[in-house]
Amino acid sequence: MSYHNPPTTPRKSATFDEYAMSEIRRAAATGIYDIRGSGAKRKVPHFDDLLFLGASISRYPLEGYREKCDTSVVLGTRFAKKPIELKIPITVAGMSFGSLSGPAKEALGRGATLSGTSTTTGDGGMTEEERGHSKQLVYQYLPSRYGMNPRDLRRADAIEIVVGQGAKPGGGGMLLGQKISDRVAEMRTLPKGIDQRSACRHPDWTGPDDLEIKILEIREITDWEKPIYVKVGGARPYYDTALAVKAGADVVVLDGMQGGTAATQEVFIEHVGQPTLACIRPAVKALQDLGMHRKVQLIVSGGIRNGADVAKALALGADAVSVGTAALIALGDNDPRWEEEYQKLGTTAGAYDDWHEGKDPAGITTQDVELMKRVDPIAAGRRLANYLKVMTLEAQTIARACGKNHLHNLEPEDLCALSIEAAAMAGVPLAGTSWVPGKGPF
Amino acid sequence: MHSTNLATAPLHQANYTPKTFDLSKITLREFNQALHNVKDAAGESNWEVLNPKGSHAVAVGAEHAISIDVQGSVGYYCGGMNQNSTITVHGSAGPGVGENMMSGAIIVKGDASQYAGATGRGGLLVIEGNASSRCGISMKGINIVVRGNIGHMSAFMAQSGNLVVLGDAGDALGDSIYEARLFVRGSVKSLGADCIKKEMRPEHIAILKDLLDRAGITDVKPEEFSRYGSARTLYNFNIDNADAY
Repeated sequence: MSYHNPPTTPRKSATFDEYAMSEIRRAAATGIYDIRGSGAKRKVPHFDDLLFLGASISRYPLEGYREKCDTSVVLGTRFAKKPIELKIPITVAGMSFGSLSGPAKEALGRGATLSGTSTTTGDGGMTEEERGHSKQLVYQYLPSRYGMNPRDLRRADAIEIVVGQGAKPGGGGMLLGQKISDRVAEMRTLPKGIDQRSACRHPDWTGPDDLEIKILEIREITDWEKPIYVKVGGARPYYDTALAVKAGADVVVLDGMQGGTAATQEVFIEHVGQPTLACIRPAVKALQDLGMHRKVQLIVSGGIRNGADVAKALALGADAVSVGTAALIALGDNDPRWEEEYQKLGTTAGAYDDWHEGKDPAGITTQDVELMKRVDPIAAGRRLANYLKVMTLEAQTIARACGKNHLHNLEPEDLCALSIEAAAMAGVPLAGTSWVPGKGPF
Repeated sequence: MHSTNLATAPLHQANYTPKTFDLSKITLREFNQALHNVKDAAGESNWEVLNPKGSHAVAVGAEHAISIDVQGSVGYYCGGMNQNSTITVHGSAGPGVGENMMSGAIIVKGDASQYAGATGRGGLLVIEGNASSRCGISMKGINIVVRGNIGHMSAFMAQSGNLVVLGDAGDALGDSIYEARLFVRGSVKSLGADCIKKEMRPEHIAILKDLLDRAGITDVKPEEFSRYGSARTLYNFNIDNADAY
């Protein structure tokens, strides 16, 4: 070996990493952007970057198996004659029949009902399976208005006006033709087999002043009985929350960029919207500035996985959280038991996100009659209920350790952050310091 | 002027059963509650609403075959989600008249603002004056007859049903249309993406004749109209069509 010409170790670019290069090759080969389901996969500041301080000399804890830690939450106390009372502050997020199979929707309803919480329809209308198996069902009012009718509006327990979602704030949707079965086509008043676009804007209102009148109309149709939620993606959480309150919402649902979708462009999912962690404090600040914190309830979603995430979201000021992706995993989505079939689809368990193609080996994001038989709605519903129970117990464990007899008594003062970014976003001190970076007006 | 504070409308119910409802004397809530309290249309007929004065959400969510005459102009969403009732607005209507209506009929004697009949699923909406932009947006089975003109982006993403226009249509008619049928007697300023002029076959003449009859229009002939609908080239995404979006 020549001393004068030593070899260097082959070095791959951090910028042009393997994923970036594979995406360039894929784009060059197909001429179309990548469509996929799920939420942001990139690493962003998240609840893992926060820690609870726990009790010490300055405050004392509650006894783990003796002293009560309440988990109940009432949603819709502002105007609705019939607010929703939930046993746990964890709801199941809106996911459509069409995107999901009938058995999967039934399982979500069963699991939520066993847990004393609500589930939510999606961009495809309300199915009998879902209504029948959900004690408390939130009916989404979406730009497409697929399947919208006054009967379902009146037999819902709450109505969620969807302005946006975290995976794609400002975007609509597309259910590709291969998932349009006869039943899905009929529910959406469209021919079978064609791509069904979901609009990004509502057809009959634009802006907060119109939204106020739209909410009035829905309240009048339902005789002011139902809580009206307004769901927004994590774009401008301070102003969106304030405007939703101004428009007359009972509940604001705030979905960060890790929140899932049935299908949209990869570039949209990964590059539009803010992380969930960054959205909560501005939204809570808006509620506080208007004197409406705890009067208009805040539901936060996008990347909630365990009881610690629940406790952290509530400590930052949310009244409840919502789970979508995690609920699907509890039902059996991306389970390693189907690894062989995931491999045949060119992916692996845990990474499967081509939900729009309708080939889900787990039988959840499909309309294929054979695949959907793999979901036993009773067993899958039980798994979801177990999972929700564990999350609740975990959140209670943390709350008791912080000396709280209700999950809602958790507060930002119970938290510190592991990174400067998370400290700034959550508005809590960097661990080991009293420094809250970026403290000031939003 | 009668005004309703949207955020604090009273929640108490009134068991009204009179035939005349004066919105300068009772609240919108009381009127709509009276409408929803009707369990049987038998014995109910010719309700009259006085002094609407631009109120929003007048006569929304009706379920039974009641005839309602609104004496004046209304604001947003008059007759929203209507089922079975026949609502006549003796004035003009604000945005979203007859939005998502399921059945029955709504007749607007004057003009209608934006989004008339948006997402409507059934029934007949007749506008005797002009309709503004986005008339019939995302319509899903409703029949709409406009005696005057309609504005731009009408029948955007229209899925099903019929839109009949005796006058002219504005820009981008039928953009991204699905299976709805559009019949225009006058000029069309421009057609939207995937919307084309189509042959008027005997079955279309029959549909049009029926709709004109039901709308009480006798002074024009179906043969004077042109039909527009989907070219169906954008039904399944194709990258080579990207310029159309």
